[in-house]
Amino acid sequence: MSEAVAHHTHPEEHVAHQFHDAQQQYDSSTLGMWLFLLTEIMFFGGMFGAYAVYRVWYPEAFKLAASTTNVPLGAFNTVVLIVSSLTMALAVQSAQLGKKNRLVLMLILTMVFGAAFLGVKGIEYTEKWHHHHVPGLNWQWEGEGPREVQILFCLYFAMTGMHAIHMVVGLGIMLWLLINARRGEYTASYYNPVEISGLYWHFVDIVWIFLFPLLYLI
Amino acid sequence: MSTTHAGSHADNYVSYLGNGTTWQSWLLTKDHKRIAILYLISISVFFLLGGIFAAAVRLELLTPQSDLMEAETYNKMFTMHGVVMIFFFLIPSIPATLGNFLIPIMCGAKDLAFPKINLLSWYLYIIGGVLGLYAAVNGGVETGWTFYTPYSSTYSNSAVIATAMGAFVAGFSSILTGLNFIVTIHKMRAPGLTWGRLPLFVWAHYATSLIQLLGTPVIAITLVLMMLERAFRIGFFDPALGGDPVLFQHLFWFYSHPAVYIMILPGMGVVSEIITAFSRKSVFGYKFIAGSSLGIAVIGFFVWGHHMFTSGQSVYASMVFALITQAVAVPSAIKVFNWTATMYKGSVSWDTPMLYALGFIGLFTIGGVTGVTVAMLGVDLHLHDTYFIVAHFHYVMVGGMVLAYLGGLHFWWPKMTGRMYHEIWARVSAVLVFLGFNFTFFPQFILGYMGMPRRYAAYPEEWQVLHIMSTVGASVLGFGFILPGIYLTASLLRGKAAQAPMNPYGAKGLEWTIPSPPPTENFLAMPTVNEEVYAYAETEEKALV
Amino acid sequence: MNKTLPLLPESASNLAADVDLLMILLTVFSIFFTIVIFVAVAVLAVKYHRKSEDEVPPHIHGSLPLEIAWSIGPFLLVLAMLPLSAKIMMNTYTPQPYAMEIFVTGKQWMWKLQHPEGPREINELHVPIGKPLKFTMISEDVLHSFYVPAFRVKKDVLPGRYTNFWVTPTKVGTYHLFCAEYCGTQHSGMIGKVHVMEQSDYEKWLSGGDESMTARGEALFNQYGCVTCHLADGKGRGPALVGVYNSMVKMQTGAIVKADESYLRESIINPRAKIVEKYSSIMPTFQGQISEEGLLQIIAYIKSLEQEGEAQQ
Repeated sequence: MSEAVAHHTHPEEHVAHQFHDAQQQYDSSTLGMWLFLLTEIMFFGGMFGAYAVYRVWYPEAFKLAASTTNVPLGAFNTVVLIVSSLTMALAVQSAQLGKKNRLVLMLILTMVFGAAFLGVKGIEYTEKWHHHHVPGLNWQWEGEGPREVQILFCLYFAMTGMHAIHMVVGLGIMLWLLINARRGEYTASYYNPVEISGLYWHFVDIVWIFLFPLLYLI
Repeated sequence: MSTTHAGSHADNYVSYLGNGTTWQSWLLTKDHKRIAILYLISISVFFLLGGIFAAAVRLELLTPQSDLMEAETYNKMFTMHGVVMIFFFLIPSIPATLGNFLIPIMCGAKDLAFPKINLLSWYLYIIGGVLGLYAAVNGGVETGWTFYTPYSSTYSNSAVIATAMGAFVAGFSSILTGLNFIVTIHKMRAPGLTWGRLPLFVWAHYATSLIQLLGTPVIAITLVLMMLERAFRIGFFDPALGGDPVLFQHLFWFYSHPAVYIMILPGMGVVSEIITAFSRKSVFGYKFIAGSSLGIAVIGFFVWGHHMFTSGQSVYASMVFALITQAVAVPSAIKVFNWTATMYKGSVSWDTPMLYALGFIGLFTIGGVTGVTVAMLGVDLHLHDTYFIVAHFHYVMVGGMVLAYLGGLHFWWPKMTGRMYHEIWARVSAVLVFLGFNFTFFPQFILGYMGMPRRYAAYPEEWQVLHIMSTVGASVLGFGFILPGIYLTASLLRGKAAQAPMNPYGAKGLEWTIPSPPPTENFLAMPTVNEEVYAYAETEEKALV
Repeated sequence: MNKTLPLLPESASNLAADVDLLMILLTVFSIFFTIVIFVAVAVLAVKYHRKSEDEVPPHIHGSLPLEIAWSIGPFLLVLAMLPLSAKIMMNTYTPQPYAMEIFVTGKQWMWKLQHPEGPREINELHVPIGKPLKFTMISEDVLHSFYVPAFRVKKDVLPGRYTNFWVTPTKVGTYHLFCAEYCGTQHSGMIGKVHVMEQSDYEKWLSGGDESMTARGEALFNQYGCVTCHLADGKGRGPALVGVYNSMVKMQTGAIVKADESYLRESIINPRAKIVEKYSSIMPTFQGQISEEGLLQIIAYIKSLEQEGEAQQ
């Protein structure tokens, strides 16, 4: 909901023309982001629903498929994302306190961790490619129940893929925040874009917190 | 309502229509009113397109054999009729045009909370529509609008992915519109405009937006999984690949049944406004009508299984779904009874919008009671996927939503364009639509009970009489739909001669306190609301009972 | 072209009377409320038609008793009809004793129908009057739906899994058979006829037919070499199949599974999914080698083994 910022006809006030005051703009943007995240929950919910159904249908195949995932890398990525959530929270706090340099630093750190996550994810995908575990493109399974195991890999790629796309979007938002932050757009009285982008970033992290155990551990 | 009476010096303002005439001033506008007009034009095009597909379907069914076109072409026609009408006409119809135009005004705001996102919604809608059109001209699509797997994901040889992609993108347009509405209604109301003073149109859109936010993403991801299965031959829903086709149906209807309420709730909001305005009387049971909208939105999420009574779903699940479905009929019934009661002791005018609204009440009632019928497990085993279903949902979607849309369009046309349309022609069209509609779809109830399955290009000879009646009715209906296109357009060309006053119907509501057409920021001065909603009367009277 | 205007389809099953009764009740209910609304709208619109521009109607808030009455009243009427509605539904799910089994395979765009003693039929089904029928159905490709309007029942036919329903024909005649779930180009051509016949006519028709379903199943059973491992005396490498149908089978995992049609089908196309106790996982998969129709024939043969076994006891 970049609306609030993109709209500044009076840069010094940052209040878009349709709002009466900064408070109304702040409330609206925050509510807008929460509603958007509600939509996102339902979006991922569809895939979690499919996951639940097939898990009940093919419990053995799912265990088998999960055993091929790289748990250390997944765990590492989980830690990376949790730390990025922390730096994001610190970025929001810096913005609230009007500490520009610290805000820039925290945004950069968040982006570094986000990029690290995607990099590790890339390594995992490459591994899967080499093991011929990519349904539809590069699939070979010698063990038990190839059809059933394939379903889990389909879900694995659909769910982590969607999550990765959200991470990429998140990095884009961070970059945009970073550019604005360096220009000194955000002050102690106007930090809403940082805050609601933080909400998005935390949401994407939380999705991963659910994906990791479901796809790697159980 | 007491506000600034800008209309008294209506000549000294720049209307939103006069604020720029270049292409950019329209295509890059962030004004909710201009975006509403963009939507109005684009959904009219899609309505025409969907209507042409429908005409092809009805013409083919004149004879029992599939002779006018091949079965495959027929299948494409009904599929594209369904896809275009549902995703590109019905879902955006009232919210994106009338809702977009009126919600900020009714809330006393200068615009929606996120004007840029509003414009983005329109572009997403257009991208979705172009993808749909691309599919239509590149071989078309013939899976049925329901995209049931594994037919859609494996067997169909038509442009499934482009069409589904179109529906997917248009879905995001719908989500963003809903999000915009909810934030606007929550955060942008004028001083004094409490929740209990919101027009019922706003309440209905609030409920609709909730469904758009919570339901649409589910179909979005479902279509994504279906497209992945089709593109890469990986298993989600195809049993040959280990998937479950019934899971697709569950996910699909989890959205698509609530989507039915996306398509009807805004219509109910429009009818609530029209009935009260043309009875010059406060609506009967305001709290019940407002509350029933929310009731429908909530209960509507738990009835999807009634589309699957014959799918092999557990019989006990079916019973629960049947029971909840009967429960969701209650809030709809509440609305119908309250609208009717509103006219009691009113001052009822028979202007065009009112004719459409009264037609809506009648046809929606038939759509509702037949909905109760098909939700009965025992008869649904017989009626499921027959013409009875086709008739039922057309009574709700066309008899309900399209009539409400036309009623609302006529009601607010003077406000939106600043021009009055030709009243006599408008009444003729309203009557033609009502009669033509019944001639088209009533015979289909009988056909359905006889056992005529839907989506059949050819059918046994004994049913030809009923099909001929239906096709004849459809031509009357089609004529009734073309008329407004003509006289509404004509009203724009008549210039100052057809100048609409600020409040041509003596209606209550913030939108009638500003000039027609409204100024760019809606209100010349910030409005304050200090009276109840629909305050038509000076005297108070208790109801009969 | 038929000049008469038909209003009701023929009723030819045990379900039809109940469905028609429920439909009549619902129609009365529908017409009653439609008339109430239409009349109320018309009367109010005429009676309170605006007489002058300065009319100011009174303000009426609403009425709680009325709201309660018109929300609860119709709902209770509808609830009163639910039990009958549920009864019809349950009837189609309830196994009938001595039911004759009909195996249905749907494929784009034809119905392949067969019962254990009868010959193969395509888009035609001959059944005797008064005998309960148990339909076991599967699709070779997409979704279909088996629909006989005169029987007032339909049920979806899914790929990869059996669906069932029970119905008893009650009237001699020839009736439409439709596919009611859209299945592609020739969906409207996926139609057929159901012939309900007097018992004597039915037997005459049977005797004129070719090889029965169980005989075909036995031939397949030999052809695919099933017989080499599944010895009748239980000494083979695979479990004996005599009397296996509908028995409770203990698996290696300790689970007890009922050997119904779905279990038998799974054991043929995906033998590793469930391994019977004391046997090892050596059977190859027959996925893609035997058609759905062939699978049904083999299952019919396995079921006939049960009948012989019982007869010997």
